Amino acid sequence: MHDSGISIWFFIGISLVVNGLLIFGAGVWEVFNPPANPVVLFNLHASVWWGAFLLLLGCLYTVRFRPKQS
Amino acid sequence: MTPSLAVIVPTRLVHLAPVDIVIVAFYFVLVLAIGFYLRSRANTGEDFFMAGREMTAWIAGLSFLSANLGSLELMGWAAAAYQYGILAAHWYWIGAIPAMLFLGIVMMPFYYISKTHSVPGYLKLRFGEASRTLSSVSFAFMTVLMSGINMYSMALVMKVVLGWDIHFSIWVSSITVAVYVALGGLRSAIFNEVLQFILIWAGAMLIPILGLIEAGGWSNLKVKIAQNASSEYTHLWSTLGTFSDNPMGIHWTGIVFGLGAIISFGYWTTDFLVVQRVLAAKDIRAAKMAPIIGAAFKMMVPFIVILPGLLGIALLPTKLMGETAAVATGGHSYNEVLPLMLARYCGPGLLGLGVTALIAGFMSGMAGNVSAFTTVWTYDIYRALINKDASDHHYVNMGRWCTVLGVLISVGTAYLVMSFASIMDYVQALFSFFIAPLFGTVILGMLWKRATPAGGFWGLLAGTLSSIAMWGWVKADHDALRYVALSAHARDMAENMYRALWSWIVCVLVTVIVSYLTKPKPDSELTGLVYGVTAIPHEAEVPLIHRPAFWAVVVAVVFVVLNILFW
Repeated sequence: MHDSGISIWFFIGISLVVNGLLIFGAGVWEVFNPPANPVVLFNLHASVWWGAFLLLLGCLYTVRFRPKQS
Repeated sequence: MTPSLAVIVPTRLVHLAPVDIVIVAFYFVLVLAIGFYLRSRANTGEDFFMAGREMTAWIAGLSFLSANLGSLELMGWAAAAYQYGILAAHWYWIGAIPAMLFLGIVMMPFYYISKTHSVPGYLKLRFGEASRTLSSVSFAFMTVLMSGINMYSMALVMKVVLGWDIHFSIWVSSITVAVYVALGGLRSAIFNEVLQFILIWAGAMLIPILGLIEAGGWSNLKVKIAQNASSEYTHLWSTLGTFSDNPMGIHWTGIVFGLGAIISFGYWTTDFLVVQRVLAAKDIRAAKMAPIIGAAFKMMVPFIVILPGLLGIALLPTKLMGETAAVATGGHSYNEVLPLMLARYCGPGLLGLGVTALIAGFMSGMAGNVSAFTTVWTYDIYRALINKDASDHHYVNMGRWCTVLGVLISVGTAYLVMSFASIMDYVQALFSFFIAPLFGTVILGMLWKRATPAGGFWGLLAGTLSSIAMWGWVKADHDALRYVALSAHARDMAENMYRALWSWIVCVLVTVIVSYLTKPKPDSELTGLVYGVTAIPHEAEVPLIHRPAFWAVVVAVVFVVLNILFW
């Protein structure tokens, strides 16, 4: 799947980067602006670390499977 | 393979923030972009219908699993776990793993070496045109109907979870699927299924992680479940000694022989919806490895489906109930356990990803139905019965239009179900009629060279008719349940298990008897189709770590350990 076009893993990397960035950003914003009705276990700030994890994973896939220059 | 899911409580469970909307919208943009990008790589029939037969084992394996991992599957089995406890995990373990390994190690070589485009196509090669016509017409018809039912159910889920208009959900999702499958064919469907698989895990995995943290670990979770429900809810096998000792009303023989030996083998080895993904593998070793990779991930799915249901029993402040009681009292039904758990832990952003996972699951299931329908219609009905000598380009165009037509029929079915809800039960039952007998026909065809074309056809027909007859008998006279399902206490799921078992036995018996009464094909016509007259590439030179059989053993050992752990 890599020789004849863009790999599916590249698309997945892009998806994880965008989703990770948005979730991480929303999580950080909530840390400084706590909601009136927080979710259960809000103190763990799952959005922050899960968003960061997806962002990191997405970066790895995006770079590893980026389209090759011809 | 999906429990009934009819959500009709008119309340909204979650509210999306702007960041959630952006995440959902980005998903739609990405799947359409993939479809447009792959359009230039779907010019020949081999490209459009078989994805060029160039998929790696990983891509084919994840797609194989993703085509089955629809949202109704996720939400329905989470609801079943809340209702029946860990017994629901049988549908992921014994109800899938042995069959997937069997497909990879035993059956895949015959499918792959025969170079068939489809399961009905294999029946044509092995048993002749009559068997192909019977299976392809029934498969095509039922696939689009099931797709429509899933579409309607999902639109209802979106209405309940998000408050979205039903018509909006039906049309937006169906047009998106029609565009990306019509443009890029099976390759586009497979690419998107792999993407959807990743998103499903990314969106759903936090629920069990945070749930276990809140519950205080597995041991404390079991204690809480025992307090709120029963300690039987966390045992896989120990309650199956009698029909009346477990909430499903099922005996272990039904689980082992009905589900594990017949229904799951029928679904995972002969349902073209899933087998098509493996046929797109780049070589025979990738084709053998793909179901094994799928099986490894299938074993983990209970973590994001069954565990949230169990966590719901222990942690949700309100007790969930059946649909009828929920409507009458304004409470929440079992079917809402997964969205409720999602809303419990996920704030803005995470909620959008979770909702995207539900939408992705729905669209992967629908794309799987549509792409399988397109291939069977074009190759096994249109080319076989209507227009035999058209050009490859003509068949590709037929495939593209057929994709759009299949989606439109699905939409029509969705609206039909909206008006006549009972159709849903009938069509789901109808679909189950064909699965078990088809497995009997295919497995005899592959492993027994004495099976004749007449035997294959009459066995398939007799098995299907016997299944319909048993279903009708129980509908007409509920007391018949004691004969069909061996117990008057049996519930719907147990009845399905035993009906499948009997119809498979009828299929096999009729096939064997008719085969002995009719003339078999010569060996020369069975080469590449049947065990004993097919040269299967040996793997003696391949390092152990690259052998499908080695990984099948690893998966089988983990499967056994899991069953013992949760006995």
